[in-house]
Formats: sequence, C-alpha cells, structure tokens
Amino acid sequence: MADTFLSIRNVRKTFATTTVVQDFNLDVARGEFVSFLGPSGCGKTTVLRMVAGFEEPSGGAIHIAGKDVTRLKPNQRNIGMVFQAYALFPNLTVAQNIAFGLKVAGAPRAEIDQRVAEMLSLIKLPEFGERFPYQLSGGQQQRVALARALAPKPKLLLLDEPLSALDAKVRVSLRDEIRGIQKELGITTVFVTHDQEEALSISDRIVVMYGGRAEQVGTPFEIYNRPSTRFVANFVGTLNVLEGTVSDAASGKVRINTEEIALKNKLNGSRTGETLSLALRPEAIALGRRAGHDANLSGEIAEVHFLGSVIRVRVGLGSSTVSLDTFNNSSTPPPTVGQRTEISFASEDVLVLH
Amino acid sequence: MTELSVPQPALAGNSAPPAEARSLRLPTQWLGVAPFFLFVLLFLILPTLYLVVGAFQTADGTFTLENLAALAQPSIRAAYWISIKVSVASALLGALVGLAIAIAIVRGGLPTWTRSATLTFSGVASQFAGIPLAFAFLATLGRLGLVTVLLNTAFGFNIYAHGFNILSFWGLTLTYLYFQIPLMVVIITPAIDGIRKEWGEAASTLGATQWQYWRMVVIPVIWPSFLGTVILLFANAFGAIATAYALTGSSLNIVPILLYAQIRGDVLHNANLGYAIAFGMIFITGLANIFYIWFRVRSERWLK
Amino acid sequence: MRSSRLWAWLTFAVGAACFFIPLLATLEFSMRMRRGTYSFDAYKVVFGDPRFQATFSYSVVAAIMTIILGILIVVPAAYWIRLRLPQLRPIVEFITLLPLVIPAIVIVFGYIRMYGSSSPLPLLASSRSTDLLLVIGYATLALPYMYRAVDTGLRTIDVRTLTEAAQILGAGWSTIIVRVILPNVLIAVLSGAFLTFAIVIGEFTMASLLNRPAFGPYLQNIGANRAYEPAALAVIAFAITWGCMSVIQLLSRFAPRSSNRPN
Repeated sequence: MADTFLSIRNVRKTFATTTVVQDFNLDVARGEFVSFLGPSGCGKTTVLRMVAGFEEPSGGAIHIAGKDVTRLKPNQRNIGMVFQAYALFPNLTVAQNIAFGLKVAGAPRAEIDQRVAEMLSLIKLPEFGERFPYQLSGGQQQRVALARALAPKPKLLLLDEPLSALDAKVRVSLRDEIRGIQKELGITTVFVTHDQEEALSISDRIVVMYGGRAEQVGTPFEIYNRPSTRFVANFVGTLNVLEGTVSDAASGKVRINTEEIALKNKLNGSRTGETLSLALRPEAIALGRRAGHDANLSGEIAEVHFLGSVIRVRVGLGSSTVSLDTFNNSSTPPPTVGQRTEISFASEDVLVLH
Repeated sequence: MTELSVPQPALAGNSAPPAEARSLRLPTQWLGVAPFFLFVLLFLILPTLYLVVGAFQTADGTFTLENLAALAQPSIRAAYWISIKVSVASALLGALVGLAIAIAIVRGGLPTWTRSATLTFSGVASQFAGIPLAFAFLATLGRLGLVTVLLNTAFGFNIYAHGFNILSFWGLTLTYLYFQIPLMVVIITPAIDGIRKEWGEAASTLGATQWQYWRMVVIPVIWPSFLGTVILLFANAFGAIATAYALTGSSLNIVPILLYAQIRGDVLHNANLGYAIAFGMIFITGLANIFYIWFRVRSERWLK
Repeated sequence: MRSSRLWAWLTFAVGAACFFIPLLATLEFSMRMRRGTYSFDAYKVVFGDPRFQATFSYSVVAAIMTIILGILIVVPAAYWIRLRLPQLRPIVEFITLLPLVIPAIVIVFGYIRMYGSSSPLPLLASSRSTDLLLVIGYATLALPYMYRAVDTGLRTIDVRTLTEAAQILGAGWSTIIVRVILPNVLIAVLSGAFLTFAIVIGEFTMASLLNRPAFGPYLQNIGANRAYEPAALAVIAFAITWGCMSVIQLLSRFAPRSSNRPN
C-alpha cells in the first residue's frame, strides 16, 4: 500500500458521560479520497473535527505525514477545511477570501495574486474575484470555500458535509468537480457525508460509521456487495429482506413461505429450524427465470412504477414484498398488478444477516 | 396648513388587488389603513412641516434665511454645542461599554442565564429615562447620594471635593449612560449573534491567530452595526429633555431646554427663531437617522 | 480560553453593578426621610398626597385612552398592509421611524402652533380638547412601538394563510376578523399596550407644555421642592416600568405561533 499519510490510532472522544467516538482506527494513504459515511450522531463529524484540531481526543493519537499533531492547535496543522455552511468571510471579496490563508502567512503580494488567479480558474470562476459572498449562489460559494481551503497548499483536505446545503442538481455536479480537483492536485482528502450515493460515487475508500464506531472500511464495491454487518447492509443501498427458516442445515436448504431454496455455503453455524433474515439487492433479482439464477420463488405483482428507463416492480411473496428493477423495453409492456409471477436470483448473491 | 381636505388618493376608488382574483370587491383595505394615514398626516407630518416652513419665514410670512443665520448667535450656538457634546459623549461611552457587555454575554462562555437576564434587564433599563432617572442619580451620586457618602466614609474619597458634580456636563452624561448602555446591548446583541462560529474555525484552519481573525473578519463585519448604533444613541440623547431638565434645571443649557423655554415664554422674542431651533433639532436627528439606516442596510446585506 | 471567561464574568459583574447600584441607592435614599432610621415615611407622604393621586389617576386614564386610540389606528392598518397592501410597507416603516427622529418637544411645539385658537381645528381651546390633544400626542409617541408589536404578532401567526384558510371554509370578513384575527393578535396588542402605558406614565414634555395635570409635571415639581419624596417616586416609577416589561415578557410566552414559516 502507498505510504500512510494520515494515521488515526485508537482515538476516543467522551463528552461528560457519553462516549461519542470509540476506539477509531484508520490509515489514509497519500492522495487517497476517504469518506466517512453514517447517519447523524454516528460520530463522523467528531472524528473529522479531531483531525482538524477543533476537538481534543480523549484518548489516542493523530499523525499527519509522520508528525504527531494530536495536541497542535488548528492553525498550526496546515490543513484545509470546507464547511457545510460555506463560512466565507462576508466582508471580503471572493479574491480576498481565497487569499486569506496566504495573507495570514505573510506571503508577498505578487505571489498572492498569482495564486488567487490559479485558484479562480481551478474552480472555473475566473471573473468572480471582485464579488462578495452574498452575491453568489450556494454552489458558487462552496467552490470559493474550496479554493480558499486549497490556496495555502495544505497537506490534508477535510470536507464536513459540504454538499448537504445545496440543491440536488448542484450537489451531483459539484461532487464530481471536487473529486476532479482532488485527483488533479493529488491531495489527501477526508470527506464526511450522510448521503451514501455521494460516498459511493467519489470515494477511494469508505468508512461506514455507527454509534461512534467504524462498522466497515472498504472500497465502494466491497461496502456495497460484501457488507460485513447488518447496519452496513441496510444503510448502503436498498435491501430486500426475506424471512426464512432453515429446513435442512446440512444441505443448506431454507424454506421461505411454502417454497424452498438452496443456499450452498452461506449457512455457517445455523441449525435446522432456526429463522434467518436473507437479504438481496434489487439488481440481483430478476422477473421470471434466468440462466445462472438457481433460486426461484413465486409471488404476485403488487405494484408497478414506470419511471422511464427503469420499471420498479414490487412483488409480494406471501407475507413479504421485494423490490426489483427491470429496464424498459419498448416492445414489451410492463407487468400488470395482480399477475402471478416468478422471481429468480443466484443463491450466491444472498446475504445472510445476523 | 390645516385643511382637512388633504388629498386621499387611497380612498379614491377600488385599487387593484394583488395578482390573485379575490372574492371581495369593496376597497376595505384602503378604508382600513385610512385612519392610520390620516392620523399620521394630521398629528405628525403636518405639525412638523408647519415648523419647518415657519423656520424659513419672517413674522409676516415672507421667505427668509435669517432665522437659520440667527441660530449662529452665541447663546444658541452654545446650546447646540453642549447638546452635541453630551450626546456624542454618552453615545460613544454607552456604545463601547454596551459592546463589551454584549460580547461578554454572547461569546464569553458564560452560562445561558446571564444572556437572558442581561437582555431582560437591558430592555427595562433602556425605558427607564425621564425624570425618575434624574432622581435616581441624584440619590446615587448627588451630594448626599449613597455612593458619594460610601466613598467618603469608607475610602475617605470625597468626589465633590475633587471637582465632580452630578449637576454638570459629566453628571448628565453619566446619567444618560444608564439608558444608553442597555439600548446598545439590546441592539448590538443580534449583530454579535451573527458572527458565526464556522468563520472562526475556517480562519483557524487557514492559519490565522485569534487576533488576526478579529482584525480581518470580526471587526470589519461588526463595524457598520456598531457605528450605526452609535449614531442611533446620539439621536436618542440629542432629543431627550426630561432627565436633563429634572437634573440640571436650566443651568445646563442644552437645545431641548432652550426650546422648552422658548415655547413656554418666547424668551427669544422671535417666534420664527423658535421654529428655526426646532428645525435645527430635526435636521440633526434626521441626518443621524439617515446614516443609521444606511449603515444598517449595509451590514444586513453582508450578513444575509 | 480561561482568561477570556474571566474577563466576561468581570464585564458582566460590572454591568450588573452599574445597573443595580443606582436602584439600591434610590431605594436607600427614599427610606432616609425619618432622621436616624430607615422608614417608608416618604412613601406614606407620597401616597397620601392628593396631588399624587390626582395626577397619577389622570395619567392612568390618559394611558388607557392612548392605548385605545393606538389600537384603533394601528391594528386595522397593520392587518390590511400585511394582507393586501405590502407595497405600503416601506412607507409605513419609515413613518413609524419618524417619532424617533422628531423629538417629542418638537412635535408638541407643532401642535401648539397648528391647533391653537386661531386654527381651523382649535384643539387648544378648552381643557377637554387639550386633553384629547395630549392623548393624540401620546399615541404619536407610542406609534412605533405599538405598530412593531402588532406587526410582529401578525407575522408570527401568518395572518395571510389564516385568512385564506378561513375564506376557503366560507367565512365572511366579520367572522374572520372577530373569530380568527383578533383572538390571535390580542397578545401582541397587549404587549404594545403595556409599552404604551410605561411611556405615558412617565412622560413630561408634552404634558408640561400643554399644561395638563399629568404625572410627569407632578414629578418634576416634587423634584424641585422636596428631598426624599422624589427618590420614593423614582422607585415607584421603576417598579411600574419593571412591572410593564415583565407582563410583556410573560405575554410573549402565551403568544400563539404559527407552525408555518412566516415570511
């Protein structure tokens, strides 16, 4: 693995009687883009703020580029930070905001001007230097905030839910822009969000957090396809959950309602008669039989939503319902509600939840 | 001047209601606001205009600027000057002390009850002006006042022997501070609330020290609100008369007291000069309020 | 960060002291009437003084009249402007700023000149009509506060949406005003009323120049002639101001609030 740039070791944070972050460990490689993903209150922002220096860890250590920064003040750590509320200084123009870090460091005028011009073209707002923050839209303000954070060439970039305050469309375009700039500059980045689509689309690795702990660390593909805990499986992506009973542990047969499917190697430890929760991603299920899908269940079409290129179908299987997507086909009409049908999936795509 | 057939464009007919079609056809809304505008016209605008016009007239009604010129005579000029001095002193001191208190309760890390208690008491204190205030300060810092006596008996420090006198310029200024400081606290606290925590954090990550952050961001942002409120405090003190009258009688000849004497007994033997004095007062407070509004608009724009 | 908290506490303490010391001093002074001991003699004298009773009741009545006049003028205007005439809003806000710009002494000077014996509206002709003029003057002074209180109340209950909801349900105007608007705006009106009361009770300039037997001129007279009674009166005046502001605070807790986000 590439050299570790940011190292968070056994970090813990307690406020009065509540422990907000428990034993957090993470190594981030140089140039990597890591997201902290989780619901509100999971501790992701607290960890970020400890890396930034706004909170002092109750235990553990943080190293940046080999240097122990745990006790350093925020203005001594040479990191850039972007906030959810933009936090642009209202009395300064865009150019002055971007120049702030350099001005504070006492850089010469010419260097400041040049750097500001560079940054303005990086965020694609070259004509906006003399405007004030209140004259900019949310998305523009956040880009300026990014430029301001990057202007002093920090070693690390931290982003605290930077897109949450923006409109949906702006969110999507801006996250790609952020990722593009990050790749171009090669700066190590930590990105906090509660939006799993955001995290999945732009991260090198994701840390899924819950209750102050890191539930799972992995690439987006790993997190999505091989969730290691029930929480991660539920939080990331949609999940269909079916209740079944083990009818024969030895051969891996599980009874769902009145039908049986065989799950070859998935029943580690479960005994006959035990009830299980089986989870399936919508894209793993197909309407009707399919080659390679060795499990079949029958049911009735409960809902059909025509969304254009995708048709979202909900199929009732006895007491539970599963949601699956199928692509629109101009020569085939969508299924009708009430129609009896079969669904199929590959047994190896089933996630057994504990 | 006092005709009642003042044009009432509002009542002239059914004015177009806002975009959506409404079921109501009657011009009820204009009838509803008419009393307000009629009242304001008759009892606020016209009397003032009457005085303003009179300031530019001689006794027989011809237009003249000599009344304004007469304002420059020594006694009147002195009165304006004292008024301005008292108002500026109480405004500046009140603003600085008020700002310190406001910062303390908003950002000083104090428990929340201090903030609500301070704002409540400030609301009350800013209304406690007029004659009772004069009495209160006489009881505090007058020759037999509690503080005077305490300082004398406990510390042997006789402030009157050292030249202090409640019945003087500084005595009046000090008394005015009792409502100027709370007024400042009440008005400036929302502006200080507006200084967002994230700005400080952002400045910190960009390498700034506390002092640099204050110098480059906080002070410039607060400055227009601060200045605007100083001006408001100035106008507030300039128009006040009751406290001064009760405290210093006519010995401290500020403009409102001069005007009072003129209204009571035409001491200047020139009614139009009285109008000019009134006009001078309106002019100064009006100018002050224009600047206040200008500063307010500027600061609100930034803090959108 | 510790030292900044120390400074904050220090500032707060000094501020509190500066606020309370004059009040304590006044109270102490007012109790010094009887030689050698503290007593409430000054208060007894004050409350027993027939002139106190007369002028205080005069001012109370004047305050009530002012409040009624203020309500009649402000409430309909604030309502209609919020509902139908938003374009008038800047004009009205400017107007409500005027009594803060034009000092009371100038306003009453204007009245004396305009409504004297030779004018078409000779309000100074009799003492009754002068009383009316005084009430009008008080209403003018209280206008900014009354308007702001009522306007804020209307905004908080989102009067526009309430009116539309009532109209859709078939209510006529009188029903809307009596059953929907008035009950909800009552608290705001009361707040404005108490502020008006506090302003009127202590007012000196207008009453003095219009020669009416109000509480303000009485205070000034006592101050010029007596030693301990003024302090007692100051304590009473402060208690009244404090009482009014407390009621306003209390009322704001009971103020109805719309769950909509008002504009």
